[in-house]
Amino acid sequence: MAVSRRKTTGKDVAGSRGRVPSAPEGWSVIASTLEPGRRLMQGDEACAEGAIAAGCDYYAGYPITPASEIMQHLCRRFAGLSQRVFVQMEDEIGSIASVIGASWAGARAMTATSGPGLSLMLENIGYAIMTETPCVVVDVQRAGPSTGQATRPAQGDFMQARWGAHGDYEIIVISPWSVQEVYEETIRAFNLADRFRVPVILLLDEAVGHLRENMTVPEQVKVYRRVRDALHAPFGEAEVPPMPALGDGARLLVTGSTHDAWGYRRTTSPEAQSQLVRRFVDKILHHRHEIERNATYFCDERELDVLLVAFGFSARSALGAVRRAREAGVAAGLLRPVTLWPFPSETVGELAKRARHVVVPEMNRGQMLREVQRVAPGALGYNRTDGEVITPLEIREYMREELSL
Amino acid sequence: MTKGTTASILKYVRPEVFPTPFCAGCGHGILLGAILRAIDELELDFSQVAFVSGIGCGGWIPSPHYNTDTLHVTHGRPVAFATGVKLFKPELNVIVVGGDGDIASIGGNHLIHAARRDVDLTVICANNLVYGMTGGQVTPTTPTGARTLTTPQGNPERPFDLARLVAAAGATYVARYSVWHVRPLIASIKKALLHRGFGFVEVLSSCPTQFGRRNQNPTPIGMLRALKESCMTLRGAQGKSADELVGKTLIGELVPG
Repeated sequence: MAVSRRKTTGKDVAGSRGRVPSAPEGWSVIASTLEPGRRLMQGDEACAEGAIAAGCDYYAGYPITPASEIMQHLCRRFAGLSQRVFVQMEDEIGSIASVIGASWAGARAMTATSGPGLSLMLENIGYAIMTETPCVVVDVQRAGPSTGQATRPAQGDFMQARWGAHGDYEIIVISPWSVQEVYEETIRAFNLADRFRVPVILLLDEAVGHLRENMTVPEQVKVYRRVRDALHAPFGEAEVPPMPALGDGARLLVTGSTHDAWGYRRTTSPEAQSQLVRRFVDKILHHRHEIERNATYFCDERELDVLLVAFGFSARSALGAVRRAREAGVAAGLLRPVTLWPFPSETVGELAKRARHVVVPEMNRGQMLREVQRVAPGALGYNRTDGEVITPLEIREYMREELSL
Repeated sequence: MTKGTTASILKYVRPEVFPTPFCAGCGHGILLGAILRAIDELELDFSQVAFVSGIGCGGWIPSPHYNTDTLHVTHGRPVAFATGVKLFKPELNVIVVGGDGDIASIGGNHLIHAARRDVDLTVICANNLVYGMTGGQVTPTTPTGARTLTTPQGNPERPFDLARLVAAAGATYVARYSVWHVRPLIASIKKALLHRGFGFVEVLSSCPTQFGRRNQNPTPIGMLRALKESCMTLRGAQGKSADELVGKTLIGELVPG
């Protein structure tokens, strides 16, 4: 059985090696699981380490390129830590299902996959949204559709991550661009999942997942753990209700059907359906400031010749292009959304107003471009869907040829 | 109070959920009670029993009736959800209840893999040979020739022998009974609950509304009688010729644990 588990209670706990102090409910600061300092790491490995640092204690997955290294690394590391469960499931549907089950049993749970696996997981991600189950789903994007190019980068899951499950909802999607940021944003993904009781999708691309570079492991990690109050309604009243675990004595009724504040099915009530959907949307959008994270580079002038808006690996190339353009005297800047969803429309709109041109380079056929165009209708796309990364030189070339900059 | 009686098991049921959603004559009510009688006779701490169920009539047996934690999940996936619950919190007694469509059709892959892994779960399949909730379509356990909404000329396919399938997948306790055979069914559920490892109980149930009406057996009592007559114990079947076993369903413990 592909399960490694140390006893949760009693005297059998194998020593104190690698033991992580368990964090209390709400916000707290805990010591890093890795020795602090500089180290060379791969993006996928940094994701696994970030998960461990955040207190991830349940991982279920299924092999898929280019995400397999996350599973392999966690499997190896969990074996040396107490109170962690690793299981390789029979498929991605089983992986996300067991992750949600573990989360209800009290776990900080995660799975990782690539586009084809995310497609399989989406029904149960919808279940996690409906039942407000915190969990982290990592998607290391590869070229698609379908099997596509397993070892080649793409950013074609931008919209799938947002809209893949059926029905109406808000979801949090985060996309880091460096190994350092993969580590940090994985921790943040766990915190946001618990804070808002929502699945958080961490959207890497193959180029970031397989990237090796130096990163700094901080001494301490800030974590948020969900409130396990069994006395208040677990599905209503509060905007983000408390979430007891199975066995806590809350006599939980957890259902993917439309339900009331205590979990009773209300499958024909317009009020119950409307209240639920409204709260799923409000609990995210009312806290955008807490969820959004953007980075800007060279955007200080009042007027920019060109503003690039890019995420993930494409943002690295976009920054290179901005630097080259600056050398040629062009007032170029970069806006990099780290939180992709909810989309930072306000920030994009404000910055776009100050730019003569807005260009969105991305490894898809213009998925983020559509969101940018909602607030900056004149924005242009620079797209590549050949399984190769966009280079700084070609973005710079585009500025010269298409924008005369 | 005598254990296992109706008066004694009412404490496990949410008082506000009556009447049940089941059709008149549905066999699932008998199973609903049988599971609680088994728990009551074993004197398990009900707050440390978690039920996981999927979509379909069988999934409604624990949820919302049982007055403890219930995780009512997506169609076909309760065994996979339960795997996560059990692996993370092994001290919970985790019981999956689902129908044949849920457990054996859309969820068949999770079923055989959990059996192979020998995850410490109790899986109870309420097998009524048909998709009841959606109007009476054919399932992987519908007998050849039986009429359903989607096999109006009779089912041309062969059914799974569920208990044997799960036994072949490596389950370490496997039994099959029907809602007619209530006492041995309760004893079997008790054994499955105490068993350490993957325990599977296939429970032949009756659906007069969607199955019986289309197959010349429209009454609840007629369907229960048919279960009584078509089932033969494994012991009783010993030494019988193949001809004598035609149309018989073997009940008992296929893997005694």
